[in-house]
Amino acid sequence: MNTFKKTLSAVAMSAALFPATSLQAGEVEVLHWWTAGGEARAAAALKEMMEEQGHTWKDFAVAGGGGEAAMTVLKTRAVSGNPPAAAQIKGLDIREWAKLGFLTSLDDVAEAEGWDQLVPPMISEVMQYEGEYVAVPVNVHRVNWLWVNPEVMEKVGVEVPGSLEEFFTVADKLQAAGYIPLAHGGQPWQDATVFEAVALAVMDSDTYRKAFVEHDMDVINSAVMEDVFAKFAKVMSYVDDNAAGRDWNTATGMVIRGEAAMQIMGDWAKGEFTAAGLTPGEDYLCAAAPGTAGEFTFNVDSFAMFSLSDEDNVAAQKDLARTILEPEFQTVFNQNKGSIPVRTDMDMSDFDACAQASMETFKSSADTGELVPSLAHGLATTSYIQGQVFDVVTNFVNSSDKDPVKATDQLAAAIQAAK
Amino acid sequence: MEQIQRRPFRAVSAPSRLLDGLQRWLPKLVVAPTFLLIGVGIYGYMLWTGVLSFTSSSFLPTYDFVGFDQYAKLMANDRWLTASRNLAIFGGMFIAICLLIGVLLAIFLDQRIRQEGAIRTIYLYPMALSMIVTGTVWKWILNPSLGIEKLMRDWGWTSFSFDWLVNSDLAIYTIVMAAVWQASGFVMALFLAGLRGVDSSIIRAARVDGASLPLIYWKIILPTLRPVFFSAVMVLAHIAIKSFDLVMAMTAGGPGYSTDLPAVFMYAHTFTRGQMGLGSASAMLMLGAILALIVPYLYSELREKRHD
Repeated sequence: MNTFKKTLSAVAMSAALFPATSLQAGEVEVLHWWTAGGEARAAAALKEMMEEQGHTWKDFAVAGGGGEAAMTVLKTRAVSGNPPAAAQIKGLDIREWAKLGFLTSLDDVAEAEGWDQLVPPMISEVMQYEGEYVAVPVNVHRVNWLWVNPEVMEKVGVEVPGSLEEFFTVADKLQAAGYIPLAHGGQPWQDATVFEAVALAVMDSDTYRKAFVEHDMDVINSAVMEDVFAKFAKVMSYVDDNAAGRDWNTATGMVIRGEAAMQIMGDWAKGEFTAAGLTPGEDYLCAAAPGTAGEFTFNVDSFAMFSLSDEDNVAAQKDLARTILEPEFQTVFNQNKGSIPVRTDMDMSDFDACAQASMETFKSSADTGELVPSLAHGLATTSYIQGQVFDVVTNFVNSSDKDPVKATDQLAAAIQAAK
Repeated sequence: MEQIQRRPFRAVSAPSRLLDGLQRWLPKLVVAPTFLLIGVGIYGYMLWTGVLSFTSSSFLPTYDFVGFDQYAKLMANDRWLTASRNLAIFGGMFIAICLLIGVLLAIFLDQRIRQEGAIRTIYLYPMALSMIVTGTVWKWILNPSLGIEKLMRDWGWTSFSFDWLVNSDLAIYTIVMAAVWQASGFVMALFLAGLRGVDSSIIRAARVDGASLPLIYWKIILPTLRPVFFSAVMVLAHIAIKSFDLVMAMTAGGPGYSTDLPAVFMYAHTFTRGQMGLGSASAMLMLGAILALIVPYLYSELREKRHD
């Protein structure tokens, strides 16, 4: 085992020292579900860069947005002892895979490349299991964004709301003028996306972390949580009645067409605006979700690296890990995907205004500790607790009597049962 | 003595014995792979699911046994209770309405009308569609901002309201509608075949006795179709219990989880939420529900055969 590890690090070191002229050409098989438009272009960029280094890229794309189909395939492959080199696995699921002993250590690459200095500790923690890197972060999405149609706001004569109270007054005026104040799709993860934005606005980031990362029952079962649910119900009352089951991009379309004024959604919504030929700052505005200015809810895509036996393939795998965090790839990939680079030392001048603003908040919040993991996107907690919270939140939104006290009790019971 | 006498025969009878043996064993050899596959693929995995339901398996199977914990968790789970209640509503209404519509259509088609073949085909057509297609189409039809409600409003009836699909108390009934649309033609076909098999001399005799047509159907023809009822209910019940694709296409279990069915619950927990133990427990309860239906049916069927 020890000698094996030594060979591994020797191979990795040689790969790190002579990046362009890799001696051993291996094959990397990469499981991902970036099959749509910009995502596919982003994945193709990675393929190209790997092939430049002399490796063979074996694409293992499984279509299906949330990656559920892909995960099923991955489980089968892993259990039968034939995992791909890398798989798109997110958040705490990385730890689950590592705990089962499927993942390989990337510490040698991380040390050689100085990942600890490049990536904020809140994010690198997620990539590690027992202090060892087992995954590489690819990009950062900010989830707590408010997307605004400025034309509608101007017609009604209101400003972009900075706090929840302002949001309520603005939304009342918009509603009176006949607009839908908030575009939304009634799917559990979208409900949770708005819920976590409201939670972050009502609580501070420390309390948020205590509730949704540490599952501190004193915070979950508290008057503050009741307040979160009450405000959340109020925010959701500005959504039109037909939202059930609507996709997020349809909701974004409503903002683009001016039927609705605002939408709370992560920065992948930018892709829809871009596809409609709109410019940020002019045709549409991006602002922090009401009450969360300076705070940053992150959703990080990452590749977990599986243990392989073939040495050439291991070398290729390490090259892949290194390439992903290189500035060149980070730029190309994130411009296509709408997210921002995970490295804080990047030159952002080629990115659009929203991405630049996002990066600024990313850096400042990483310093102040206002950088919090997204609950709705599986960065804060395990998929099981996340599911339980989804159930409570979505049930609350769709019930006819929205009782914050009852919902808080249900949330506490659900998290307690799932812990 | 006997052996010595038999010996000369053996040379002659050997090939035919081989054939005899082949004839006896060939059918068994031919079906053996099927039985093996069924044994492993159905009963084996059924057993495995049963075992997993007693473990704390998260997103891959593990074997630390926790007794009935997962079942207890399931019973305390609000979403599972909603799913079970929905199955009762959906299954009950789906079977009842399908039977009613199917029988009525079959009786109407049985009246020697013109263009019967064409009409029959039209009624049977929905069965040719996959549930995903049915679900997607009905999702559009019932969506208030796209379908019937918008159509009526565009035509000038501005107060018209039909928003069941997005109403968490009524959404489950929209699924019943789509499922009934899909399956009642099939029930009609079953009954039409049964009706055609009824001896016409009985009907003529009843006519001579002065019975009205509805009375003849109600008192004489339908009671003779009891086996058809049985098979129709069996087929519909298993469609209802395993129903998954229709819900996924129409509402994906929403709004919230108000249209969740046990099959959707099982899939979500086993494969996306990393709760394989809990999902297996729910699968075992679904199996129990199906057994509760099938065992009495098989029992009654087998007993009748013995009477003959």
